[in-house]
Amino acid sequence: MEILVCIKRVPDTSENEIIVNRNGTNIELEDLVYSVNEWDNYAVEEAIQIRDRVGGSVTVVTVGDEEAEEVVRREMAMGADKGILLSDEVFNGSDGKGVAGIIKAEVEKGKYDLILTGALADDGAGQVGGMLAAMLDWPYASLVICLEEIDDKKIKIGREIEGGNLEMLEINLPCVLSIQTGINEPRYVGIRGIRKTASVEIPVHGAEELGLSSESVGESGSNLKRLDYFVPDPGEGAEILEGSADEIVEKLVELLKVRGGIK
Amino acid sequence: MVRQVFAYIVHKEGAADDTALEMVAAAKRIDPDASITAIVFGTGDDLNAACNEIVSSYQEVWKIDNEALSCPDAEATRTLLVRILPGKAIVIIPHDTFGMDLAPGLSIKLDAAYLPDAVDIEGVDENRLKAVRQEYSGQISTHVVCDISGGAVITARPGSFKAEETKGTGGQIVDKTAEALKGEFPETGRRFIEVVEAEVGDVDITRSDILVSVGRGIEDEDNMEIVHDLARAMGGDVACSRPVVDAKWLEKSRQVGTSGKTVKPKVYMALGISGSFQHQGGIKGAPFMIAINKNPNAPIFQAADVGVVADILDFVPELTDKINGSR
Repeated sequence: MEILVCIKRVPDTSENEIIVNRNGTNIELEDLVYSVNEWDNYAVEEAIQIRDRVGGSVTVVTVGDEEAEEVVRREMAMGADKGILLSDEVFNGSDGKGVAGIIKAEVEKGKYDLILTGALADDGAGQVGGMLAAMLDWPYASLVICLEEIDDKKIKIGREIEGGNLEMLEINLPCVLSIQTGINEPRYVGIRGIRKTASVEIPVHGAEELGLSSESVGESGSNLKRLDYFVPDPGEGAEILEGSADEIVEKLVELLKVRGGIK
Repeated sequence: MVRQVFAYIVHKEGAADDTALEMVAAAKRIDPDASITAIVFGTGDDLNAACNEIVSSYQEVWKIDNEALSCPDAEATRTLLVRILPGKAIVIIPHDTFGMDLAPGLSIKLDAAYLPDAVDIEGVDENRLKAVRQEYSGQISTHVVCDISGGAVITARPGSFKAEETKGTGGQIVDKTAEALKGEFPETGRRFIEVVEAEVGDVDITRSDILVSVGRGIEDEDNMEIVHDLARAMGGDVACSRPVVDAKWLEKSRQVGTSGKTVKPKVYMALGISGSFQHQGGIKGAPFMIAINKNPNAPIFQAADVGVVADILDFVPELTDKINGSR
């Protein structure tokens, strides 16, 4: 099975506190630690496991600047066979549709049976996979939490729906799936593994190689634009307990007793 | 000109979902005078019951009745919507697991803008719709503008738009089945097999009065003991948010959230949980909520009654000792 996994380099929310910059035009970018989007790790792990069961290859692709190369190398260290970076100044400011169009152009240069994306990324939109499938006229399923091969024409999948229930489906290949966290346990990648991929050549494709006009991507091809960033109105919010640790513990125990929190 | 807005209606077993009226509220945020049409897919008595329930809140209710629509099918629904919607339509869909399946591709097929997971809509200036979204699991909000001149598909976060209590003047139900099916049900590359219900675990957290719920802040499986110790001291049960289940440190049946259990305890202790809307969506009944998190900007502090800004790994053992010592 030839599998393409779409990945994204994002600020690592477990390593950084995300704050808005002084004039609200962006998040504070200084000292940000980046990593591969958490959902994408599960997608790459799933692709590697499928390849190891049925053969074929795993290619990871990302749209981003030259720094995005590091996440391509990281996922290759996990076990992906190939990596591709889609990068061009005219891609900056693309919305979800723009990004899906860029990836579609790359998909058409190859021959894939299955495309995986993470179900969500830092912007919480969860849109690129569904858009890409519609552009390719391939079937799509989102929030996939289990997967098994049937034959070379179709696979069986489970979508995680409300209440943690599973919607079981059969879906034809080629198709696009968005992968939910928890589908597998992504393997650990050590420093040594990453070093091994440090010198691998990662092909970079721009608008010209992909046959994309600059109007279809970037700001000019975008229907959705951010105006500003702000911290959500906390509303009433919690009463934050202040004082020394001992004092806070004492207050909290009293509150719990009053509210029936200690049986 | 009266702006026409379409709303996709989610229903189950003959009852409209809470979002059915939230979509009216969202449409009125686009244009208070909008003509709002509900679109309801399904079959038989269940479909008719859902249509009748909402008809007084919409100008028109379009129903599409087919046996094959008895189970949700985003792929077929998308094709049918493209057949019946006018050009440059504005469509609002709940941002739930079905909406996430349906909406992104629908925007492509309609060649319309896509505004995902709106939590507020501030109005339209010419063809520029201004809305609020959230990023980084709700830590940061953004104002966005969406060019709706070529139509738009908007998903609205469930619970974000307050449904109006008073019903409208009432409209009519229009059967759009023939127009949608054009003689045949669309072929798709996807076939529904079954819905497998989530397992009930050793402890049913939906029945617990006191829940000690743990999230990513626990950092390591070895640290889980401090959560169990606190739950024991309080006489409550241990629950968790999604990352703890993903890491396989607790059973799926212990997960609180839209993709887990919906709980209604009297006291909810959130330990190292950032408080994504998916997690908060699983907490009902307005419990007394205490949040302990080292990130002062964690969204959970907006939902909690009492907050402590601290590392749970340090704070929780102290709290447990104090409770055990104060008996």
